[in-house]
Amino acid sequence: MKFSRSLLIGIPYFWLFILFLVPFGIVLKISLSDIQLSIPPYTPTLDFSEGWAGFREFLSALDFENYIFLTEDDLYWKAYLSSIKIATVSTFFTLLVGFPIAYSMAKAPDEWRPSLMLLIILPFWTSFLIRVYAWIGILSNEGFLNQFLMGFGLISEPLTILNTNTAVYIGIVYTYLPFMVLPIYATLEKLDGTLIEAAEDLGCTRFSAFWSVTAPLSKPGVIAGCFLVFIPALGEFVIPSLLGGSETLMIGKVLWEEFFSNRDWPVASAVATILLLLLIVPIVLFQRNEQKQREEGQ
Amino acid sequence: MRRLTGFNIIALTLGFAFLYIPILILVIFSFNESKLVTVWAGFSTKWYGELLQNQAFLDAAWVTVKVAFFSSIIATILGTMAAFVLVRSGRFFGRTLFSGMIYAPLVMPEVITGLSLLLLFISIGMPRGVVTIVLAHGTFSMCYVSVVVSSRMASFDRSLEEAAYDLGCSGWDAFKSVTLPIIAPAVISGWLLAFTLSLDDLVIASFTTGPSSTTLPIKIYSSVRMGVSPEINALSTIIIGIVTFGVLTVSILSKRAITRQRLAERAAEQH
Repeated sequence: MKFSRSLLIGIPYFWLFILFLVPFGIVLKISLSDIQLSIPPYTPTLDFSEGWAGFREFLSALDFENYIFLTEDDLYWKAYLSSIKIATVSTFFTLLVGFPIAYSMAKAPDEWRPSLMLLIILPFWTSFLIRVYAWIGILSNEGFLNQFLMGFGLISEPLTILNTNTAVYIGIVYTYLPFMVLPIYATLEKLDGTLIEAAEDLGCTRFSAFWSVTAPLSKPGVIAGCFLVFIPALGEFVIPSLLGGSETLMIGKVLWEEFFSNRDWPVASAVATILLLLLIVPIVLFQRNEQKQREEGQ
Repeated sequence: MRRLTGFNIIALTLGFAFLYIPILILVIFSFNESKLVTVWAGFSTKWYGELLQNQAFLDAAWVTVKVAFFSSIIATILGTMAAFVLVRSGRFFGRTLFSGMIYAPLVMPEVITGLSLLLLFISIGMPRGVVTIVLAHGTFSMCYVSVVVSSRMASFDRSLEEAAYDLGCSGWDAFKSVTLPIIAPAVISGWLLAFTLSLDDLVIASFTTGPSSTTLPIKIYSSVRMGVSPEINALSTIIIGIVTFGVLTVSILSKRAITRQRLAERAAEQH
């Protein structure tokens, strides 16, 4: 029994350790190494046979050269700032679109709910890449949106949307919408309807009852939803590369290009390390929020 | 609370229209006669025919299915084990690290996961190809599986297992005859999630693959960058169709299982 328990813990533990944690160590190491004609194995390497002296030599060969390079070229910090901006703006719009949907789902009759849930989740199961691709045909100059608007005489010449930041916002709102709707729906579903009735009995209009009762009580879901959209949006690659243009600067795209086009692995690793550090803040905040909710729930 | 207002109906209609119209347009235009994706020129299935003759796509599809099959099996086994560890094992050395490693891949940007895994494979001198993608996909999918399975496990009655032990079952027997059937819906949906995540992944596969094994998303991505084509619409429609069919089947089956369980419980109460 004892043995099987340690085997049960040991196998997934070992797997994640080797294939998740160790790789980050390697990224960190390479980000501190010199570029040697872009050919592995990148100095410095740890020489185990020399023991402590080897370790000291390994440490002394590491430097922050690549990080200094990142601060010198304004492309990188502009890309970080622009990623934060794009992630923030699109999280806001996802909330704006997602909240009414979640709110209305929570008000729907019980027998509708499983179907509504399935309808929200189904696009999430279908390919992310294909859902982003679908928007190319809609947003391009000859696309359906422009055809539609011109057909109704709302605009006289096509709007340029594809290959701009607007297209990136639309893409993020569209693909991450389920991440926003589901947690908000989950909190609103548990909300006690009698509270709103009480507020209305006490003279609230439907609108003021919403602001003073529903909105504050839905806060945990809103916070969870915003994090679930913001965190992946920050490192997004597919959406900016397919829908964005040359003005769209996102760090995920920079990392990809640094790696695949420039083949500068140490700089790509440094970019990844800083992105990771940036992400730690929202991830820790998110976990605290979840923890607090769990404690309140008990 | 249970009254739909006009506002609610509009919100739901617009919301679902926003979610489904792009997919619908894509499906409709996969049957377009014209080479131009945005101009309708009559019904035709010729793009499906051309797709079936495009060897590069067929090869990529085969690689993708192989990768998804093996990686989702690895992910389901490891993820279910990890769910057991999370829910059942109590305290052990490095527990915080373990749960951190389970949850972190869910929020990690794919570019970072992909880059770090590639650097690992290069460091240990592993040739890149199907095997390295399977390992990479298995790793991030197992985290999704363990989240799905552990939420199911947290809500089930342990006395059923204890009864099995009392009746003389060994640990493995109790797992096989009591625990597994109860968590089966979660294990199946975890497997399905792992399978579709693998089918869908572009970024991690791009980093961890070698020159000879191209997956379908990599192939789609590189042709989409050349422009929109009706062939890609046809391919997308096939993928959407398969996934929709799979998800609907599983949801109907699990709904049936739940109904059956409720009926059984009600019958038991009456006796």
